[in-house]
Amino acid sequence: MKSFKFDWLVLPLIGMVVAVLIWHLVSQTVSKDLPSPMKTWSESRDYVLHPFEKRGEMDQGILRFTWYSLILVAKGYAIALLLGTPIGFMLGLSKAFAKAFDPIIQILRPVSPLAWLPLGLVLFLGAGKNASELGALFTIAVCSMWPTVLNTAVGVRAIPQDYLNVAKVLKLSRTKTLFKVLIPATLPYMFTGFRLSLGIAWLVIVAAEMLTGRPGVGGFLWQEYNALNYSHIILCILTIGIVGFILDRLMSVVERKFKTI
Amino acid sequence: MSNYVELFNLTKTYRTPKGPAVIVKDFNLNIQKGEFITLIGHSGCGKSTVLSMLAGLNDITEGGIVLAGRELAGAGPDRGVVFQSPSLLPWLTAYENVMLGVDQVFYSANSDERREIVEYYLTVVGLADSMHKRPAELSQGMRQRVGIARAFALKPKMLLLDEPFGMLDSLTRYELQQVLIELWRKNKITALMVTHDVDEALFLSDRIVCMTDGPAAEVGDIVSVNFPRPRERKAVMEHPDYYPLREHLIEFLEVHAHRRQPKN
Amino acid sequence: MPYLELNNVTKHFGGAPVLKDVNLAVEQGEFVAIVGFSGAGKSTLINLIAGLLHPDAGTVKLNGKVITEPGPDRGIVFQNYSLLPWLTVFENILLAVDTVNPGWSKTQKEEHVLKYIAMVNLTPARDKKPGELSGGMRQRVSVARALAMNPQILLLDEPLSALDALTRATLQDEISRIWLEDKKTVLLITNDPDEGIYLADRIIPLTAGPEATLGESLKVEIPRPRDRKGINHDPHFKALRREVVETMLASKKDRHASVTRKLVLPDIEPEDLSAPPRPGWRKSPIRRREIKEESVEVSK
Repeated sequence: MKSFKFDWLVLPLIGMVVAVLIWHLVSQTVSKDLPSPMKTWSESRDYVLHPFEKRGEMDQGILRFTWYSLILVAKGYAIALLLGTPIGFMLGLSKAFAKAFDPIIQILRPVSPLAWLPLGLVLFLGAGKNASELGALFTIAVCSMWPTVLNTAVGVRAIPQDYLNVAKVLKLSRTKTLFKVLIPATLPYMFTGFRLSLGIAWLVIVAAEMLTGRPGVGGFLWQEYNALNYSHIILCILTIGIVGFILDRLMSVVERKFKTI
Repeated sequence: MSNYVELFNLTKTYRTPKGPAVIVKDFNLNIQKGEFITLIGHSGCGKSTVLSMLAGLNDITEGGIVLAGRELAGAGPDRGVVFQSPSLLPWLTAYENVMLGVDQVFYSANSDERREIVEYYLTVVGLADSMHKRPAELSQGMRQRVGIARAFALKPKMLLLDEPFGMLDSLTRYELQQVLIELWRKNKITALMVTHDVDEALFLSDRIVCMTDGPAAEVGDIVSVNFPRPRERKAVMEHPDYYPLREHLIEFLEVHAHRRQPKN
Repeated sequence: MPYLELNNVTKHFGGAPVLKDVNLAVEQGEFVAIVGFSGAGKSTLINLIAGLLHPDAGTVKLNGKVITEPGPDRGIVFQNYSLLPWLTVFENILLAVDTVNPGWSKTQKEEHVLKYIAMVNLTPARDKKPGELSGGMRQRVSVARALAMNPQILLLDEPLSALDALTRATLQDEISRIWLEDKKTVLLITNDPDEGIYLADRIIPLTAGPEATLGESLKVEIPRPRDRKGINHDPHFKALRREVVETMLASKKDRHASVTRKLVLPDIEPEDLSAPPRPGWRKSPIRRREIKEESVEVSK
């Protein structure tokens, strides 16, 4: 099919309409308990049309919930990057460091947030009121930092020897070499890591909120699951998906601004 | 006249699982101040290894190098290197790439003087209008011009060129040889260039050092090139000694090539 | 009638024409070399003859017929081998033979492929994949593949540019030898004047772009087979070489007007980075003479 005018708008719209139709069909035939698109909308209207209202701790507009989740993600993600990037650099620069810590990283990496969370809560038990937040932050950071760590390490190792030779010939100091050569050269790889980490952080937030009962999209979803209100669950799913998509797009914009190579 | 650069008994050995690999052995060469020397030989014979040892980018296994009365220890801007692939930092413009080095060695000068130095060298190599472009926006030939400007701007004691025009097509190569020789003529920096292009060697050098093939490569033959300076390409190619010298060098390379040729 | 004919061919890509008023006539069995700068339009020229591009003006004719699309009657060897990496040498060439002669029997095709593998001296490597071969060997496979399609004309687009000097020399000799056997019509595009003179019957310079056009064709009257070493004594070789290089460089110079600019170079010495900073460096750098002024020719 040749490309035509506005195909960037029309084709995705067609795709979405087809998806909604399939949803409708499934809800009418195979899974009669699944709310149809119409039912979902009528039951969720309030949350969407009054997105900033606060009617109760666990009964707020959808954008308020999203906001709580985003704040938590932002904090956890920042910790992941601040810890992950230097670790990644050390892994890439020092063979000894890599040999020592690579096995541990490979073991910790596949662990699900559902396993980290109880550990996080135990670690911060002494913090009293803030325990659940700190526990959630710990979980987000530990789960999402690995792509940053590993991609940064790969990027450092991939720096062409030529650039390092230039630094040697010009006798650049260690700091200058780091800021003028190593970091710009690794930036594209670091951004790949940052992007993947952001995706994971957003995924983890839902689990973290579900398990700690904090207000947010995940918390709301968990509450509605217990109330068997599937329309609201679907609303949460759509919200989570759309926000994740927007975050990823924002990341691309930032990446393009800092393009070095 | 005492030698400006001395390479004595220079040897480079790598340790490999199959045993020590001797790349260069007992390489001896004396260079006078202001001489332009070319090192020719086949790919893999070790000429780049000799150059990288001079640059301080490769450790010397045995023997030593003395430059201007001091023994070499490590890399530094007193030896300006022009690499084969320009290795310009892609996130800096041509101007910034040259300024990186100028900032290092001219830290005592004020910023106006440093700017003048960078602009001078970039203009002389023909990049007056392109100095604020990034390497990605420049052709291979232009990038190599930046590489040359960068090396000269450091006012090094010695200039080292590692097959600088190897990646360029013949015609661009001719142009850049002209750029190089004119820039060199201004201050006669002692230079060592590695190349496998015989015509290039004849056009640029005072002496041509022919390296034998590896392993354990060493100096095979040294040819003096007495064409009058300043060198003009047409006059050089019409000089009665040009083609005999050319043949002599090609023969040297051929003899060594056949020795290396695997049985077909 | 010339075998390959280009008449006033012009091609542009939305801006100034890359090629303008290109005229070329190649007789059957001739070996013609076109020498030009990189980026001047050499590849555009080959693509026009191959039928991968259409001229905006003028015609490209092979044996009297206008060329409209690619076909096996024009065998091309590109600079970048373009072999399929998951097929062996044998399979790569077989693919080409299959395309051109689908009606042949399996044995016929096999014999044909083996004949060309032998012609480029790669019989022991027939079952190797491109990844296991050196650059020179891969290029030989490309040549064998192009020849196996029995083209009416062989187009070589800078086939040896990506190879080191020794391999390049060896392959030049091979191309020469194969050509003497077959006497196919060959058009070679190269950036190396020496390569052109060594291999061709005629050498034509392509002027610098934009609006590149073909200059006057020069006959290479050196008897074959040509000896690489002995050629250095041939006065005709030396004269031809000089002329080609001069034409090329002159065509580039004409395009740039030059302007004189006054430049200032402060005559200061660099600091010694392997020694500790000298006392008094904050006040001023080591100066040899006063500021040096120079007039420099800058081309626009």
